[in-house]
Amino acid sequence: MAIDLNALKTPGPTITALTKPFWDAAAEGRLKIQCCEDCGKAVFYPRPICPHCWSKRLVWQNASGKGRLKSFSEVHKPGHPGWLPAAPYVVGLVELAEGPTMLSFILAGTRPLHVGDMLRLAPTAIGGRVLPAFRPVEVEPGTEEKPK
Amino acid sequence: MSRPKGAIVGIGELKPQRLTRGVTTLEMIAEVSRLAVLDAGLEPAAIDGLLVGPQVGETPQHVPATIAEYLGLAPTMANVVDLGGASGAGMVWRAAAAIEAGMCEAVLCVLANNREETAPRSPNRNPIREFDVPFGASGANISYALLMQAHMARYGSIARDFAVIAAAARANAQLNPDAIFFGKPADAEAVLASPMIASPLHLLEIVMPVAGGEAIVVTSAERARSLRKPPVHLLGAGEKVTHRAVSQAPHLTSGPLKSAMERAFAQSGTRADEMDLLSLYDCYTIMVATTIEDAGLCAPGGFGAWLNDHDLSHKGDKPLNTHGGQLGFGQPDLAGGMTHVVEAVRQLRGAAGERQIGKAGLALVTGNGATMSEATALVLGAA
Repeated sequence: MAIDLNALKTPGPTITALTKPFWDAAAEGRLKIQCCEDCGKAVFYPRPICPHCWSKRLVWQNASGKGRLKSFSEVHKPGHPGWLPAAPYVVGLVELAEGPTMLSFILAGTRPLHVGDMLRLAPTAIGGRVLPAFRPVEVEPGTEEKPK
Repeated sequence: MSRPKGAIVGIGELKPQRLTRGVTTLEMIAEVSRLAVLDAGLEPAAIDGLLVGPQVGETPQHVPATIAEYLGLAPTMANVVDLGGASGAGMVWRAAAAIEAGMCEAVLCVLANNREETAPRSPNRNPIREFDVPFGASGANISYALLMQAHMARYGSIARDFAVIAAAARANAQLNPDAIFFGKPADAEAVLASPMIASPLHLLEIVMPVAGGEAIVVTSAERARSLRKPPVHLLGAGEKVTHRAVSQAPHLTSGPLKSAMERAFAQSGTRADEMDLLSLYDCYTIMVATTIEDAGLCAPGGFGAWLNDHDLSHKGDKPLNTHGGQLGFGQPDLAGGMTHVVEAVRQLRGAAGERQIGKAGLALVTGNGATMSEATALVLGAA
């Protein structure tokens, strides 16, 4: 991409005490999500109780950074004016290997994107902060993982 | 299975307009409420129930009391219904349930919005604002584009399948002089030639935001018999709310309307293929596609072929959104969902004029809020 994403005047996150560990980790280029010690499920976005079993025993853990593209859109007319200089750009729904789905910014790979593509965490400075973006996993020809 | 047993006895609708100047939402609520109560043939004092939308213009709190005071009403039941585009349909069965519970006897359900040039940006601080917006996903267009892309990837549906939905809505709008796109038809080619907003979603597959208002009056089936217009009966209803943000949707190619419609059909003892009118919520073309499949009118992934096999006009075998839908009529914010209720009432009364459908016994009405998140389905029947 020719434009400097970090120079965009885009809206940043509205961080609370509860969600701060996620954004602190993001700033260091890591993806941290909550995991429930009672039901064992991973949780995204951060909450005070597990949405699966309502346990309060949620602990932070580093996610693998692996994901699968559930859907994507190339945005030509952004909903926020701060994104106009970056258009067209791609956002996608990333199903994390741990289970939950998050929306993220998808960096261009060498091939056109397809639903089912395997993705890898690609921390990227956007609008003055490092965000947990993703990019397609580049694979050797003939060794591609088949999408589910 | 028990069901609420109410009847819709009055309807009101304001002609949509692109912009208002110096008009408050409360003023529009008053205008459209008067139309619905006049249509019902009731005195204003007979209205003892009031259902309204959230955050009416300049009034973020105490909305029912503000509207009651403005209209000179003193309801014995007053509530906000906050289900996005499902609010209109959601009000109908809440009204019927409140009447059955003895809370009130005649309920005014009203939604309206002005549209001034200087509307402020949303002050949301919800999880979408924190976890979607920073990545470049603001607004509903991108969310519905993600649903559409998922459908194409899973089932091989193509852009033209979706464009046909917008074209049919525009065609039906040519018989509704109040529709914002009256006099402006658009065929599938024009839809596909319109600018790409967020792939694979084209401009003409998205509703036009307008100012407008819709209102209905619900009372008991017994009381409805003595009123001036033929009552339209609530035969079944269902609702389901599963998520808010598209990233948290349990499924991308099927939504909560599926279970809401199943419940509405079960309560009414009807099937989707028995409906004489499909009045389906259509904020985007993908919403209609998914609803056709979730209703069981065709197999999952089969909406494109189904559309090819049917005529969706008022003269056709499967009349769909005869008022033009919101894609043809315009979307007056939350009131847009209620246009599907109001049109169903017109058709089931036999009062739809030159766009009257032939047999008009049963109608399916759907409402959808947020990103295939809040769902309400109604089966309505003629007197």
